[in-house]
Order: sequence, then structure tokens, then C-alpha cells
Amino acid sequence: MSRRLLVSLLVATLLLLLWQALVTLADLPPFILPGPWRVAKALAQNADLILWHAGVTLVEVVIGLTLGTLLGIATALGLAASPVARQLVRPALILTQALPVFALAPILTLWLGYGIWSKILIAVLIIYFPVTSAFSDGLAATPKGWLDLARTMQARPHHMLWRIRVPAAMPALASGLRLAAVYAPIGAVIGEWVGASQGLGYLMLLANGRAKTDLMFAALAVLALMTLVLYRAVGAGCDRLASRFS
Amino acid sequence: MPVFPAPTSRIPPVTGPAIRLAGTARFGTATLFRDAVLELLPGTWTCLLGPSGVGKSTALRLIAGLDTGADFQGDIKALDGSPLTGRVAYMAQSDLLLPWLDLRGNVALGARLRGSPPDWPRIDALIDRLGLAAHARKRPASLSGGQRQRTALARTLMENKAIVLLDEPFSALDARTRADMQDLAAETLAGRTVLMVTHDPGEAARLGARIYLMENNTLTQHPPPAGHPIRAIDDPEMLACQAALLLQLRAAT
Ligand SMILES: Nc1ncnc2c1ncn2[C@@H]1O[C@H](COP(=O)(O)OP(=O)(O)OP(=O)(O)O)[C@@H](O)[C@H]1O
Ligand SMILES: [Mg+2]
Repeated sequence: MSRRLLVSLLVATLLLLLWQALVTLADLPPFILPGPWRVAKALAQNADLILWHAGVTLVEVVIGLTLGTLLGIATALGLAASPVARQLVRPALILTQALPVFALAPILTLWLGYGIWSKILIAVLIIYFPVTSAFSDGLAATPKGWLDLARTMQARPHHMLWRIRVPAAMPALASGLRLAAVYAPIGAVIGEWVGASQGLGYLMLLANGRAKTDLMFAALAVLALMTLVLYRAVGAGCDRLASRFS
Repeated sequence: MPVFPAPTSRIPPVTGPAIRLAGTARFGTATLFRDAVLELLPGTWTCLLGPSGVGKSTALRLIAGLDTGADFQGDIKALDGSPLTGRVAYMAQSDLLLPWLDLRGNVALGARLRGSPPDWPRIDALIDRLGLAAHARKRPASLSGGQRQRTALARTLMENKAIVLLDEPFSALDARTRADMQDLAAETLAGRTVLMVTHDPGEAARLGARIYLMENNTLTQHPPPAGHPIRAIDDPEMLACQAALLLQLRAAT
């Protein structure tokens, strides 16, 4: 583990050096590509500003992730409990995937305004499908032997669902959540690009427009870090969930 | 003077019905068994032997009322006229333990699935008798194959059903534990109608009031040893029957 960390640090340092070398040797103007040192300086000088916008984005992502996950879990459970619902809803669910959320972002912003709710909704929409479909597939793939056993034990359907099918589907749900953790920040940032007055996506757009490329990169770096930390945290939780139930 | 009822054991005695399976089973065009008749006598053990892949588990699953994928034409019924559903406990060839429950939780599964509170004193007593008390809180992943099989046996015994279907219930056990478990199962399942699939002629000769051989798409009866099960391990009749069964299994083409 510490060995892996060391390797990652080494690779990161190497990339930063390469980046700096490219900027210095090619003599690129800072508004095209600022060097890592310039970006770090921009980060330090605008720390308050960037952190404030990052906080907004983080709130959107966390709320979006929570709501999207709950909604996905509820849908998958509903589909698992009722075969009729499964036949009716499944095709509709797949159809909604044919609509890119990017295309919906402007209209959602129009309806919900420039505040955080349009961003949350976009994050929810983007993770709803992966969560629903991963959990739903898991619920539909319960090993037959366990279902046979439960049947001979005269299990009531809801006990069979809660005590066998749901726990058996936990590893599948975990893999859906891992995807959701990566998608949720994308959703929030798309929303911020389309129309917002706060958030990292808004800040990046603003900085770009004013040719403050170093600030843009600083915000991007914070966004990347935030996504990474979120992914690691959710991933650790998912690992525990999956190993608890398998 | 009030008359008190005689003290009864906590588990009321149960008598299993006679069961009859008669018919033909196919997988597509391949016939598994043709015009087979399998009769389980009420309240006794019937053993089913035969080479791997002949259809023993399929026959057991047919009686359990489970989907086998086989096309079965014929009739399966309890001869007391009541339906089989709800009266059958089934122990599959694989242990089917739930990995997220500990040993104790797995033994309590039946009650949990029916939404009734598990009878913990009985569960713990049974776990103790099966020699698993030290492992009661372990999850299946940290149990040995034989411990897992005994857990599955405990789960089946907890069902307390009149008809018990066992698919190779002792196959993973060492010789001594196997003999102990045969004793325990025979005692616990007294009065039940039991069908046990096994690959061990000695086990069939020890426990079977009736012994069936399934081979070459047919089902034949083999005379059981004299005397009532469960028979002594050194019973000469039992040993002779064991030898005869093995000879017949080896003679089959
Ligand atoms: N769903 C299925 N579709 C097609 N063939 C099947 C199916 N299930 C089982 N079979 C075949 O039916 C035959 C009987 O299977 P079964 O499990 O009843 O055998 P068995 O006598 O219990 O064998 P073993 O002693 O190895 O457990 C096997 O040859 C198997 O390949
Ligand atoms: Mg079998």
C-alpha cells in the first residue's frame, strides 16, 4: 500500500516536471498553458475563492449522490417486488438513457433556476440509471439454489426479498455506487456550465473567459482532487459492503 | 382431581406419509429414467444409490416440487392424500449457506424466512450436538467443508418437517463424524419419511429400510439387510448388503 503510494507520488512528480519542461522549453504563453508552478501560485492566491466554490460543488455532489442512490435503490426494489412493474418500467428506463443528460441540462436550468437544485437534479439523473440497473440486475440474479431453498422453507415473498435477494445483491449495488461516485461530479459541473453563479464549473468558465488560465487550472485541479477523494471514500465503503455480503 | 397430560417432549412426534413417484423424466431427447417407480414407506428411510449423473438429484428435486429443467411425465404424491407442499425439508447437494450470516444465523434461516422468531435454545442445542458450538459465530467462509455440511444438516433438521429429502448429506465428513451424524440424523428424524441420495453403499445399508439403485435409465430395488435401521456398524447382514450393493454398482455397464 505505502509502496503503491510511493509509486503514485513518483509518477505525479514526473508528470509535473514534464509539464513544467514543456511550458519552459516550448515557451508557451501562460494564457495558453500555465506551468504547474503558476497554477500552484494561483491556487494559493485564490484559495478562499476556490474553496468556497468547491464547497458549493461538493454540496451539490453529495446531495445528488445521496438522492440519486436512494431513488435508484427504491426503483430497483420496486422492480424486484413486482414483475409487472419490471415489464412496464424497464423499457422506459432504458429509453431515458437514450437521452443525453447534457441535452437536458439547459431545460432543467430553465425550470429549476440557477441555484443548486438544477445541478443536483442533473447529478441525480446521471447516476440514477447506473445505480438502478446495477442493483436491479443484482436482485434478478440471486443464485437459484438459495431461492429453491427458500421456497421449500415456505418463505414469505417479502422475507425472501429482504433476507436473501437484497443481501445477495449488495456486491452488485456496490459496483453501481462506485460508478455513481465518478458520475455525480460530472453531472454537477455540467449543470454549473450551463448556468450558475457559483461552483467550480462556474469558476472555471469565468476564469477561462477572462484568460485567467492559471485560475482555471487551479479550479480543475481541486475538482479532480475532490472527485478522487470521493471515489476513494465511496470505494472503501463499497468494498466493506461487498465483503460483508459475500 | 384434574388430569394432567403426560409430559411431552418439546418437539411433538411426527409421522411422515408414504410417497410415490412414478413416471418418466427426460432432458430434451435424453431419457433420465423411464417408467420408474420410487416408493417411500411412511416414517422410514429410503436410500437412493447410483452412478454420478444418472438423475438421483433430479428425482429428489421432483419430489421437493422444485424446478428441475427436466420434462417429467407421471405422478408424484403423498399416499395420505394431502399435498406435499409445505411438508418437505430439503437439503441440497451443495450446502447453500448464506455467506453473510454466521453459522447460527444460517441454522435459523427457515424461521426467519417464515417471519417467526427462531427457537434459539433448540438451535443452540442442535449446533452443540453437531459438534459446531465452537464455530457458532463464524461465517461460512471460515468453516471447513465438513462443518459447512453439518451446518446445512442442522438447518434441515430445524425445519422439523414430516418429509425430509437429503442429497448426499454426509459426503464431506470423515468416517467417524459421518457415523456420528448418521446416528444423530436417524434419531432426530425418527418417524419422518426420509429419502437420502448417497454414493456410499455402507451408508445405504446402514440406514435404508428400502434401497433403490438407479442405473441405465431404470430404478430397481435392492433388498435391505434384515433388522431395523439404524444398524450397527459391524452388523454382518449390513456388511453383506454393503458388499452386494457395491458389486451390483460395479457390474452395471
Ligand atoms: N438443466 C439441465 N438441463 C440438461 N441436463 C441436465 C440439467 N440438469 C441436470 N442435467 C443432466 O441430468 C443428469 C442427471 O443430473 P443429476 O443432478 O440428477 O445427477 P445425479 O445422479 O444427482 O449425479 P451426482 O451423483 O453426480 O450428483 C446429468 O447427466 C446432468 O448432466
Ligand atoms: Mg446429485
